[in-house]
Amino acid sequence: MATIRVLVLRAAGINCDAETAFAWEQAGARADRMHVNRLLSDPRQLDAYQVLTVPGGFSYGDDIASGKILGNLLAHHLGDAIGAFVERGGLVLGICNGFQVLVRLGLLPGADSGVQVTLAWNDSGRYEDRWVRVRAESPHSVFLEDGEEWDVPVAHAEGKIVLDGGEESLGRLADHGRIGLRYVAADGGEPTYPENPNGSTGSVAGLTDATGRVFGLMPHPERNIFPTHHPAWSRDSNTENAGRRFFWRAVAYFS
Amino acid sequence: MTLWRFQISRKPDQLDPLGDATAESLRGFGIGFVKTVRTTRIFTVQLRDDIPDPDAATRRIADELLTDLVTEECRLFKQGRTPPTTTDALAVEVHFKPGVTDNVADSTRIALEDMGIDATSVRTARRYEFQPPPTDNDIPRILRLLGNDCIEDVIVGTRPIEPPSTPRPSPFEVRRIPLRDLDDRELESLSRDGHLFLSLAEMRTIQVHFQTAGRDPTDLELETLAQTWSEHCVHKTLKAAIEYRGAPFPTAAETQGDRSCGTGVSPVIRNKPFFRKYDNLLKDTIARATDELMRDHRGPECLSVFEDNAGVIAFDDTFGIAFKVETHNHPSAIEPYGGAATGIGGVIRDVLGCGLGAKPIANTDVFCVAPPDWPVDAVPTGVIHPKTVLKGIAAGVRDYGNRMGIPTVNGAIHFDPRYLGNPLVYCGCIGLIPRNCIRKAARPGDAIVLLGGRTGRDGIHGATFSSAELTDTHVDEFAHAVQIGNPIEEKKILDVILQARDYPCDEPHTTSIVNRQSSTINGRCLYSAITDCGAGGLSSAIGEMGEHTGADVDLETVPLKYAGLRYDEIWISEAQERMVLAVPDDNVDTLLALARSENVEATVIGRFTDTGSLLVMYNNTEVAHLDMRFLHHGLPKTTLQAEWHPRENPSPADTKTQPADYTAQLKQRLSRPTTASKHWVIRQYDHEVQGGSVVKPLVGKFHGPSDAAVIRPRLDSDRGIAIGCGLAPELGDRDPYWMAVAAIDEAVRNVVCVGGDPSQAAILDNFCWPRVDDAKSLGSLVRACQACYDVATTYGLPFISGKDSLNNEFAMNDADAVSLRALFAERWPDLAWHLDHAEHGNRLAIPPTLLISAIALVDDVNRCITAAPRLVDVSAELFYVGLHATDWQAARLDSLAHMHATVAGLIQSGAVIAAHDCSDGGLAVAVAEMAVASGLDVRYFLPAGGLTSNPFAELPSGYILQATDAAALAPAADLENVIVTRIARLLRPDGEPTFTFAAIDSPPVGRAPISHVSAAVSLAELRKAWTEPLDW
Repeated sequence: MATIRVLVLRAAGINCDAETAFAWEQAGARADRMHVNRLLSDPRQLDAYQVLTVPGGFSYGDDIASGKILGNLLAHHLGDAIGAFVERGGLVLGICNGFQVLVRLGLLPGADSGVQVTLAWNDSGRYEDRWVRVRAESPHSVFLEDGEEWDVPVAHAEGKIVLDGGEESLGRLADHGRIGLRYVAADGGEPTYPENPNGSTGSVAGLTDATGRVFGLMPHPERNIFPTHHPAWSRDSNTENAGRRFFWRAVAYFS
Repeated sequence: MTLWRFQISRKPDQLDPLGDATAESLRGFGIGFVKTVRTTRIFTVQLRDDIPDPDAATRRIADELLTDLVTEECRLFKQGRTPPTTTDALAVEVHFKPGVTDNVADSTRIALEDMGIDATSVRTARRYEFQPPPTDNDIPRILRLLGNDCIEDVIVGTRPIEPPSTPRPSPFEVRRIPLRDLDDRELESLSRDGHLFLSLAEMRTIQVHFQTAGRDPTDLELETLAQTWSEHCVHKTLKAAIEYRGAPFPTAAETQGDRSCGTGVSPVIRNKPFFRKYDNLLKDTIARATDELMRDHRGPECLSVFEDNAGVIAFDDTFGIAFKVETHNHPSAIEPYGGAATGIGGVIRDVLGCGLGAKPIANTDVFCVAPPDWPVDAVPTGVIHPKTVLKGIAAGVRDYGNRMGIPTVNGAIHFDPRYLGNPLVYCGCIGLIPRNCIRKAARPGDAIVLLGGRTGRDGIHGATFSSAELTDTHVDEFAHAVQIGNPIEEKKILDVILQARDYPCDEPHTTSIVNRQSSTINGRCLYSAITDCGAGGLSSAIGEMGEHTGADVDLETVPLKYAGLRYDEIWISEAQERMVLAVPDDNVDTLLALARSENVEATVIGRFTDTGSLLVMYNNTEVAHLDMRFLHHGLPKTTLQAEWHPRENPSPADTKTQPADYTAQLKQRLSRPTTASKHWVIRQYDHEVQGGSVVKPLVGKFHGPSDAAVIRPRLDSDRGIAIGCGLAPELGDRDPYWMAVAAIDEAVRNVVCVGGDPSQAAILDNFCWPRVDDAKSLGSLVRACQACYDVATTYGLPFISGKDSLNNEFAMNDADAVSLRALFAERWPDLAWHLDHAEHGNRLAIPPTLLISAIALVDDVNRCITAAPRLVDVSAELFYVGLHATDWQAARLDSLAHMHATVAGLIQSGAVIAAHDCSDGGLAVAVAEMAVASGLDVRYFLPAGGLTSNPFAELPSGYILQATDAAALAPAADLENVIVTRIARLLRPDGEPTFTFAAIDSPPVGRAPISHVSAAVSLAELRKAWTEPLDW
């Protein structure tokens, strides 16, 4: 079949676009990085793509709140185009700041979930870059293998999932399969800091929408595609690079 | 027009991290009774009165844009109403001063536009409410902690909702400075009062120049000369002719066997009067070493050294690696956050402005500060508490580097009380540059294009200010020298410049990453030269670019942040995030359109000419007309005298620790702040962005310290670079020569430890020195420079770039000096003489500090190793491999070079599988750090005699290496003057991992039990000692 085409969105302050595009290309897709202004000039350009990715960074400096300005811009100028894109079977992935953008945009966990979600400041009160272990638990997300556990780095200051309605809303999201990814503890128990690096409600690390085709996560799978990425890699050991599988799976979805 | 004030605060059941951090910080300063601090974000938005439904509009602004409805609530106040304060609370508000850049406000205005709401102005502020309210005594301290006087108004209570004031415009008038008839005293006072910081000889040279020209200079001309001739820009001390007398250098015969020293000056025998003359200190030592190595084809292929914004070495056939390290000490002393942020921002622009532009791929940072546990009440006037300084500078580097998307991968923090008044902030940046983009030259006829942020009144006089000493009144006098950073603006500039550099023939804005990474060199560059606007602003940037051509500039075309700037302010403003490009006419429209498409402002402000002069116009009037030759070559050449003799009472060497104290000593040494874990800082830096991380700053399963970083600059290649650093200011009191040797050697060991190739390595020098205006202090600089030459030529290690920052002293008032002397006498008696010394007066000088940054090529990143040992079968065997000497004075440079090459070879061959540099704290500390990284049991062997019998000996140069057995290290053991000795065995723990000292000469095999246990301590205790001191 034809090569899968991925649009990696650029904007002021987005800064993980190059390695995210590289990760997609390692998985066999063709990735184009496109500035949001150029996409705005003709939203129909989306028609040429199967995947839209909003990568990590500090879009517009995260002024007001993380991802807020870009989310606001997409909502007012590209909301319909992105809605139609998902409708016709396209995939949307938001990583870190991109996830924050998708949440501000209202695409995740989706208005139909009836739950208001935000990404608030980490409990530690500061930006932190560290590796965590996560478990996939959404049977219908095209990005995930249900039950799979993997290591991946997080690097953010505002990654704490907070739900309007607390535990009850958490239950509703889980029932609808909207919780894609959770932080887990090495011993299988309840993860505490730093296993849950930001104090996220329910240790939630990533969310999916009703279709399973829109997914956002705080961790950076594109930073775990070489064995040398893993913090405990060594010359003679074979550490996993699960980020690679993450992108492969999404490409394979179209085959 | 009506103003609306939106007050956004956390819902009562939500955490308030900024408030908690503020409370925590107050507690750190002894203001413990404040129980809670709640913070509020304030947006003051001005809307036109003719908008249809103001209530609906303001509700939308609150709900859709400014408030996070899950965690926050918004209160809205219309102009004329006064927002109330919670009862029993003290409110403090922090507002930007008029005209100061407000990045959040700018973004907010754009977002409002996206929503279809036209706001005429937006300003932001923050508000704190303290409960219970602090006492009147504490309020002034709290106000100082919360805001920065330079850029913010900090007020108690609530500021009325008022329209933003605009700075007053000043009437235009060309000011001429009548200096042709001044006498020497008047010239000196003109230099001092005008913040020119020029010497009398320099002032006289300028006077003669204008006497000949038959006119007086304009203020702009004088400023331009002062900037261009400043120590900061031209490094006149390091480039001066210097006559050195005093203690001889360790000569060729003493340090390098029979090898010639090679300076062209015959070696002089010790104890005879020693004299050496340098025509240009820098050229005769540091630059000369590089020239000789390049001539002899030793070291890496140097593509650009000491001529551009950064040095460049070859990376592979297609790319070079650019590296630059800068200091931003004075601005960081006054405003740590902003100073450090603009320090990193500036060095990133240096790399971006290197050649035709390098892509920044990694940052480094090294801080030198006073101990963070400094008594709160013993900080002199004009000095910020060292803990606040450290937190501020780390946050500045964090926010700028992270937002730019450049990983901060390597650094160090060094503590010494003498950095109290002058903290040092070194910021480095590494870039990847196509090899055919390294040369540049502005051509007559090229348009001068200013790209990036607008020009404001920020950062005026930075270059000259950096060249002076600090005093207790500097905060007031130089508030305007503080620059304000906007990393997102700089990221936009970076994106535009890299696209303009590699401008493709088709599909201008969509690029495939694989294509980009492998064929950047196929684009056509839209400009012929580029440089950053740094110290000295447009004055320096255009002056430098047009040195060989000439330039006409019209200052009225420069886009301004606000009205009212005088022409001289526009010319010397150090407003950040600006680049100057020389653009051929045919490309101007394309470049301007490209910039516009990414919302970056680009403006033609003049033209390069063939006149050989700098012509600056404002209001159709000539405000400067300077001969480029005089500007760049008129600086009078001076001959300085330098002298150095060893101190009579050098600090006593470490006394030997008794075995009973081993564990206490080990814990104490691990918890020294210079040694202690820097994870609190490291984790706040994004060290993995760009996807090239190979060896991280914390290594092993349990996050031990890394010696150096390794990154993969091209994701499509296994080739890498190792980045490390070294500094040894504590050795400077004994002899700056050996301090410099130790710094270079440490930097080399660090890159070797991760698998860097020392034969394909280059280094950078950054000198931070006290005053050098007398012969004795200049002598220490000469000794360090000579050492740089000696080591570089012996090791085959070229210097590719460097920078110096002199006059790092702090002048105190009498009362502060008295209490500081008392504090030193009590806490640091060894250092007290620095303050007692009569010639120092009421001054605290930093220890001479040479930072060496090293970069080494790595053939295959998959062959790298770390400081985390791994079990081979049942154990990990650790060996000490080091110079056979107890003291640097006994070191031989050639032996050191051989040792580093041999260790690197053992790592490449696979004989060594983990390596760690032995430095601060001694042998046992290095072994403990490796144990912390791996979580293994340690048996530390103490032989009865010999070099390693004292576990805390700080030996001059050595490694702890993991090898399968001693035989694997035979190539090192065979070297002259190098010892190889078994030092520890790591084992899988049988329970709680333990660090055991065992007094045995020949260790038993494998897990066999050991006798003669001298002392033991759990690894958990050691980890705690190492991680807690700086865990904030």
